[in-house]
Amino acid sequence: MSDIPKDLRYSPSHEWVRDEGNGVVTLGITDHAQESLGDLVFVELPEVGQSLAVGDEMGVVESVKAASDLFSPISGEVLEVNETLGDTPEAVNSDPYGDGWIAKVKLSIPTELDDLLDADAYTAVAEEEED
Amino acid sequence: MGRQTPLYDSHVASGAKMVDFAGWDMPIHYGSQLNEHRQVREAAGMFDVSHMAVVDLAGAATRDFLRHLLANDVAKLKTTGAALYTCMLNPAGGIKDDLIVYRRDDGAYRMVVNAGTRDKDVAWITEHAADYGVTVNERPELAMIAVQGPAAREAVHGVVSDGLAAGLADLKRFHALAGDGLFVARTGYTGEDGYEIIVPGDAAADLWARLAARGVAPTGLGARDTLRLEAGLNLYGSDMDEDTTPLESGLGWTVAWEPADRDFIGREVLESQRAAGPGRVLVGLVLDGRGVLRGHQKVLTDKGEGETTSGSFAPTLERSVALARVPAGTTSARVEIRGRPHDVFISRPPFVKNGQPNLQI
Repeated sequence: MSDIPKDLRYSPSHEWVRDEGNGVVTLGITDHAQESLGDLVFVELPEVGQSLAVGDEMGVVESVKAASDLFSPISGEVLEVNETLGDTPEAVNSDPYGDGWIAKVKLSIPTELDDLLDADAYTAVAEEEED
Repeated sequence: MGRQTPLYDSHVASGAKMVDFAGWDMPIHYGSQLNEHRQVREAAGMFDVSHMAVVDLAGAATRDFLRHLLANDVAKLKTTGAALYTCMLNPAGGIKDDLIVYRRDDGAYRMVVNAGTRDKDVAWITEHAADYGVTVNERPELAMIAVQGPAAREAVHGVVSDGLAAGLADLKRFHALAGDGLFVARTGYTGEDGYEIIVPGDAAADLWARLAARGVAPTGLGARDTLRLEAGLNLYGSDMDEDTTPLESGLGWTVAWEPADRDFIGREVLESQRAAGPGRVLVGLVLDGRGVLRGHQKVLTDKGEGETTSGSFAPTLERSVALARVPAGTTSARVEIRGRPHDVFISRPPFVKNGQPNLQI
């Protein structure tokens, strides 16, 4: 069973969001997502300054076997991206909630966080897929 | 749920992620496809390829039959155990399948054909065999384990009888030897040295366990695909099919044109294509930068459009490679990834040779 930390919020498309306070979130893909994709070999990051709406394509993660789009779980402006993934995409596999983070975003509609799934609800989504 | 090989329980016990492959439940990886790939390049890995079909042919006219059925010429097989890689064509020169044929004792032959094509292959072979009085015997009770990598042969020698091990030590590439109830061929689909071992289904799990005890790593079909792509080996159904000929698939070298009076199925069409020159050819591409090439991406060339037939990240090269069908005479190409053109180099496969990068850039 994959790791689904209680203190994060989730999208049904397998992104996680961590509220860093003062209107900024860090986001990435879940442990379940990296496990389904297998070994990652390439991450196409969003651009700093890019403005995002919920559901926008914000990048791509590619494993040896497949490419998967990243969809923005929230609206806002990209403040920072994890450039180290250019050389070490495997960090998303080994530490999806830590070194494998993808972007930091300044929220434009902070209440959207409440629309995301909590850990229990996301667990149900992930389990359904594993069946 | 699909069909299961005799090694199904072994895979599950090793933590395999099982997926459907041509109607079979097969291991895609046992944790990390990349690690499994590297283990084959650096030491030894083993693959369950029991989903492939073993077809035995017997009868006085089997040799004549195969000289008609196959585009390569079994007359090249001078001794028992000698093997040949060949295409089996339809009358239009399209590839029905690619396969390995082995000469056996007493005029008999053995073919190993792809899982995805086994039913149509057996029907095709049986239909044509009737004219020659050749019996076609599919052997579903047999399993097959490929052991590949620089340490593969030594590992296999350690799990068979001393007599068979001594014979295998002298076995040439593309030859097979029977013994201990096994049929051991020095062939493979990874670009590495090693064996493909045909074993009775009820003895397969034991052989698998003994190889594992020798340090041979279970390796999934995921790594099998990246290994064969690095080695520049075509995958049937992706890089070639019934609508492409060997000349359009980088396999002209497998067609035996001499003797000119050998009448094999598809010959007439191939002869005219050879005379005119094929309009499209299969080439190797190497991505010049980050990203991943995949099958079915559009290729933009100086001679027109083409298409990638398979592509992946190549772990040995740490960059992406593809096979692509492009107009003949292409000298430069770009590949569209998600709508954006990316520069690629044309490089003659194999991309990896003897475990080392082999880019002709």
